[in-house]
Amino acid sequence: MKRLLHIEFIKLWNNRASRVLIISYFVLLTFIALVAAIKFDIGPVEFHLADQGIFNFPYIWHFNTFITAIFKLFLAIVIVSMMANEYSNKTLKQNLIDGLSKKEFIASKFLTVLTFAGLSTVFVFVLSMILGLIYSDYTEAAIIFRDMEFLLAFFIKLTGFFAFCLFLGILVKRSAFALGFLILWVILEQIIFGLLGWKVVSWDMADKIKGFFPLESMSRLIDEPFTRLGAVQAVANQVGETLKLDYEVRFTETLITLVWTTLFIYWSFALLKKRDL
Amino acid sequence: METILTVNHLSKNYGRVQAVKDLSFTIEKGNVYGILGPNGSGKSTTLGIILNVVNRSSGDFSWFDGTVSTHEALKKVGAIIERPNFYPYMTAVQNLSLVCKIKDVPADKILEKLEIVGLLDRKDSKFKTYSLGMKQRLAIASALLNDPEILILDEPTNGLDPQGIHQIREIIKKIAQQGTTILLASHLLDEVEKVCSHVVILQKGEKLYSGPVDEMLASHGFFELRCDDMEKLKNLLEEDKRFGKIILETDTMTAYLEEEMSAVDLNQWAFNQGLVLSHLVKRKESLEEQFLTLTKK
Repeated sequence: MKRLLHIEFIKLWNNRASRVLIISYFVLLTFIALVAAIKFDIGPVEFHLADQGIFNFPYIWHFNTFITAIFKLFLAIVIVSMMANEYSNKTLKQNLIDGLSKKEFIASKFLTVLTFAGLSTVFVFVLSMILGLIYSDYTEAAIIFRDMEFLLAFFIKLTGFFAFCLFLGILVKRSAFALGFLILWVILEQIIFGLLGWKVVSWDMADKIKGFFPLESMSRLIDEPFTRLGAVQAVANQVGETLKLDYEVRFTETLITLVWTTLFIYWSFALLKKRDL
Repeated sequence: METILTVNHLSKNYGRVQAVKDLSFTIEKGNVYGILGPNGSGKSTTLGIILNVVNRSSGDFSWFDGTVSTHEALKKVGAIIERPNFYPYMTAVQNLSLVCKIKDVPADKILEKLEIVGLLDRKDSKFKTYSLGMKQRLAIASALLNDPEILILDEPTNGLDPQGIHQIREIIKKIAQQGTTILLASHLLDEVEKVCSHVVILQKGEKLYSGPVDEMLASHGFFELRCDDMEKLKNLLEEDKRFGKIILETDTMTAYLEEEMSAVDLNQWAFNQGLVLSHLVKRKESLEEQFLTLTKK
C-alpha cells in the first residue's frame, strides 16, 4: 500500500500544475480563517462576522465543512488530469508493461483519493479547532466534540466526489472533456429532476428520486448551514417564515454516497480491464 | 532448457478482423528471437497480449512455466513497445525511479543503466526535451533496470536516423552478448539477421515458421559464378543433377544447390570440365530472400 501511494506521489508531485493546484487548495482552506476578520463599520452599526456565532462550537463543524467543500473543485481538476494524463501520455500502458497490475493501478489512484479526502478532513478539523478555541462562546469539551459527524460526512462527500472524477477521467480519457462532462452532469441531474417533476411524477416524488443521483446525494450529505444562524432565524421569524430545523447528517444519504463511490471505483476497474491499450 | 514464455493457440479478434490466429510458440532462455512479419501481421498485438495490455480472445500464455501471475512475471521482464512512454514533465532520473518503484527493485542501478545507453550527461533533463533517439535509449535503460530475464523490443529503431539506429543496434548486441534472452519484433530483416538466432515469422496473424534462423528453408545455399565461357558453364550446370535452378543475370550465374557441395569441390569440378572460374562465391539465402520466399506461398 505504501508502495502504491509512493508511486502516485512521484507522479503528482513532479507535475508542476498538480503541485500548484494542491498547494493552492490547502492555502485557500486556511483563508476561511480570514472570514473572522470581516468587519463592517457603518456609522453606528458595527458588524463583526466572527461575533455572529459562526465560529461557535459545535456549529463551526457544520459551517466549516460546508464552506470548505466548495473548494474541492481544485482537487477534482488534479484527480481528473492525473487519470486522463495516464491515457494521453500512454504511461498507463507502460505502467502495466512494467509490472503494475490493473488492480494495483486502480488501487493506487483510489488510495490517492482517500489520502486527499483524509488530509482535507484533518486540515478542516485542525483549522476549525483553532478558530473555535479563539472565537467560540462555549469551550466545554462536551460542546466542542458535539456534531463531529459533519467531519465524517465531509470525508465521505469528498471521497465520493473524487471517485466520480476518477471514473470520468478513465471513461473520457481527456482531462478537459472529462471536466466538461462533470459540469454537464451537474446540469443533467437538474434537468432530469425538472422533467420528472413536470411530466412523470409529483414534485415531492421527483425530489425523493433526485436524492439518489450521485452529485445530489453528495451535496445533501451536509445541508446548508446559514439558516441555522441565530441572526438569520431571527430575521426569518420577523417576516413570518419558519425555517426547517433538520440539519443532521442522515444515514440514507450517507449510504447512497457510499454505494455510488463503490460503483464508480468498480466501473473504473471494469473499464480498465475491458479495454485494449 | 529453461522455458521463459509459452504461447498456446493464442487468438485475438478486433471485431471481425482477426489480428492473431491460433498462434503457438515457446521462448527458451538464452536465445535471441526475432518476430518477423509485414506491417499489420499481428506482431504488436501478440506482444501486447503477453504484456498484459491487450485482452486475448482465446488461447493462453504463461510466463516462467506458469508459476507466477502475469504482472508479477512482468517485473522480471524488460519491454519497450512502439513509442517510448514516459511522464513528459519528469526528468530521466525521476522517470526511472518511478519504474523502480513499480518493478519493486532498488533504485541504485539508475545511473549505471543511463551510462550504458549514453544518457548520463542528460540525466536531469526533462523527458519532453529529449530527441526521439534519446527517448528510445531511455526506454532501453528503463527496460534494463531490473536486469531482466528477457528483453522485449518492438520496432526499437523505428523512426530513428542512421546514427540512432546504429547506437540502438550496438546496445542490443552488447546486451545479447551478456546472455540476456531477447525477443525482437521488427520488419527490418537485416536488423533481425544481425542479432537473432531464432525467428518466428507471422503473416496476417498466422505463424509461417518458428525455429532457428538457418533452418528456415531446407536449402543448401547457392553459388555465384563467373567465367569466360558462360554459355558452356550454363549447359554443364543444367546437365548436372546436383544443381537445381540456374539463373543468369547480366554477367553472373547463380546456381542453387540440390545437395551439399563445397566451393572447393565445385572449383575442382569446373576445372576438370575445362572451365576456369574468375569469380566463385558460396552463399546462403539472406533472411530477406528466405522471408520473401516464405511469405509468397
